[in-house]
Amino acid sequence: MTATQFTPLASTIGGVLIGIATVLLMLFNGRIAGISGIVGRLLPPYRNNDVIGAAAFILGLMTAPLGYTLATGTSVLQTVSGNVPLMVIAGLLVGIGTTYGGGCTSGHGVCGLSRLSLRSVAATAIFMMTAFVTVFVTRHILGG
Amino acid sequence: MGLLVNAIAGFLFGLGLVIGGMANPAKVLNFLDLTGSWDPSLAFVMAGAVAVTFIGYKLVFRQPRPLLAARFQLPEMNQIDRRLVLGAAIFGVGWGLSGFCPGPAITSLPLLAKGTLVFVPAMLGGMILTRLITNRGLQAKTLVPARAGEAQ
Repeated sequence: MTATQFTPLASTIGGVLIGIATVLLMLFNGRIAGISGIVGRLLPPYRNNDVIGAAAFILGLMTAPLGYTLATGTSVLQTVSGNVPLMVIAGLLVGIGTTYGGGCTSGHGVCGLSRLSLRSVAATAIFMMTAFVTVFVTRHILGG
Repeated sequence: MGLLVNAIAGFLFGLGLVIGGMANPAKVLNFLDLTGSWDPSLAFVMAGAVAVTFIGYKLVFRQPRPLLAARFQLPEMNQIDRRLVLGAAIFGVGWGLSGFCPGPAITSLPLLAKGTLVFVPAMLGGMILTRLITNRGLQAKTLVPARAGEAQ
């Protein structure tokens, strides 16, 4: 595992930016900023649900690392597991779970909690719980 | 104009993920590792995002409708069903294995890490599979005014 530094200030600023983006999307377009939902609009089966708007949001999202690097002159610090089978299984689980459960960290976690949605409070509590347990098992029981 | 708002919101959202450290799976996994190398930073990301959104939404929902759209599109379900519980539980396991949830994974694509390049196609595959099986993608979304419901 890789040690990371506690960054309360940067993380709060990051959170505030996410909040501003989320509020802007609702103010102008009347949309929830749930990433799994937005990505889902780009995938089959299609319905008439502003596919182009979803594509614009995703493009903006993917431009962010470049914007960060241009603005700060530093590259984005990132350590991603290179374990291919693990990442394939994790990707599948995230795709299936967020689609079946109707949301992810942004849709349920940020938008839903902010709207005091009971469903989102439950979903957030559940995915936090299973994520904590998963990390505990892989790191401290299996010893990853 | 709506497109521009989408692009700007996406960019700010991604920038927030990068600055906040959520685009770094190592940081996410350390946040989830309560009994080990715990890094509480991500609680600050969540707190900042929820605080701004909570207040911002309150102000926005005072308006009769969005500035560029006919109405607010909010999820109308409010029951905690099996699907929500099971889906959230499965998602949490994938999140805990990889340190990636959908936003940070997509944002990280241009950084071209090997793990991201296999994670994202697998995630999209899982999404398509689930959409096809549950036919969720074809269900008509009812448009409801602000309040009540769930998120997506």
